[in-house]
Amino acid sequence: MAGSTVSPEIERLISLLAKLPGLGPRSARRAALALVKKRDGLMRPLALAIADAADKISVCKTCGNVDSQDPCHICTAPGRDPASLCVVQDVGDLWAMERSGAFRGRYHVLGGTLSAIDGIRPEDLNIASLIARSEADSIKEVILAMNATVDGQTTAHYITDHLVNAGVRVSRLAHGVPVGGELDYLDDGTITAAMKSRRPF
Amino acid sequence: MDWAGEGYILSVKKHGETSAIIEVFNRERGRHLGLVRGGVSRTKRAVLQVGNFVQLEWRARLSEHLGYFTIEALSFRAAELMDDRLSLAGLNALCAIARETLPERESYALVYDAFEILLANLDDPDIWPALFVQWEAGLLTAMGYGLDLRTCAATGTNDNLTHVSPRSGRAVSRSAAEPYLDKMLALPAFMIGSRYVTAQDVADGLALTGYFLETRVQWGVNKTLPDARAQMIARLKTAGFA
Repeated sequence: MAGSTVSPEIERLISLLAKLPGLGPRSARRAALALVKKRDGLMRPLALAIADAADKISVCKTCGNVDSQDPCHICTAPGRDPASLCVVQDVGDLWAMERSGAFRGRYHVLGGTLSAIDGIRPEDLNIASLIARSEADSIKEVILAMNATVDGQTTAHYITDHLVNAGVRVSRLAHGVPVGGELDYLDDGTITAAMKSRRPF
Repeated sequence: MDWAGEGYILSVKKHGETSAIIEVFNRERGRHLGLVRGGVSRTKRAVLQVGNFVQLEWRARLSEHLGYFTIEALSFRAAELMDDRLSLAGLNALCAIARETLPERESYALVYDAFEILLANLDDPDIWPALFVQWEAGLLTAMGYGLDLRTCAATGTNDNLTHVSPRSGRAVSRSAAEPYLDKMLALPAFMIGSRYVTAQDVADGLALTGYFLETRVQWGVNKTLPDARAQMIARLKTAGFA
């Protein structure tokens, strides 16, 4: 960045924006310029929203979701099925499940997957709290909504092993042909998984 | 600098927002690292799973550079093994051992060939645990720490070999091992030609190769055996295969 032509405040703004995912120095500069141009319409409300979120948002101690209240609004919602627990890797996955509206139970966010390469061990994830929650009387089914990757499935098998004595039904999301997917364009691994997960029709 | 070939994915690590640094196992080049641009994209992610067999093209300006891989999937072995916990544990352990023990960019053609055979059989738990032990024994041999299981280290005879000396890595007959049973490692019969394998044999074999891999190979570089191997052994024991 040409330090002499830009004020230190703008330079700081650009360097912070550049740390956001999807933004590099060039796009951060464009975003900063857009904010400067729309100071009252965008910059100040954004600053207020960020400050507000930073003050109020916390991680739910029950499920690991991020919300402005603890326990979060999903854990406290009366209309949700307390007997079903959906285990997801990250908050982004929880949001994806919620967007679909396909699940009306409670969630548990692990905070990642076991990974030998990245050195992520069971104690680094919210697995102990999941087992404790599952052993509670109200939980009848644990749905493992892990990614269909080696790490995701390794984590799913690990959790299944540790839920043997919890007295809950453990299920996982199906792997296979996506809605709107054409077999001709699918990779061999997806077709293999779909064939393995076929069911009576 | 460039080369093309085929290989198995041993590890994938996200690099930056869109790329991945992968380790592959190639017959001629051994364990080789490189960057895959767009490696975390939706299409590439399915290909970049450990155990998958891929067509590789590596390019770099200088040979000592990390370089870039262009990859194309040839076989999706990971997807085939993912559903079965034992197979997945075996796959994780196999790739972890190869990743942790093999030196970079050195060809280990025999280890590679055995790796292929083992990977092809990972869906049959009656076969693969013993193959895994044999693969690890072959890995030790390839790295210069081979076990000598032909004759007894003490008597020179080749009958009734039941143990291995942890100091020399040589077989020891039952009578010679008798005074040192607490120190000796059990030698499973399938490692010296028997066609029958019991769960105890597999457990003994894994203890034997694990001991030498850890003390001879890993300790030398201040490492221990990867957790994935211990998890595989625990799974095999729970399922009654070790």
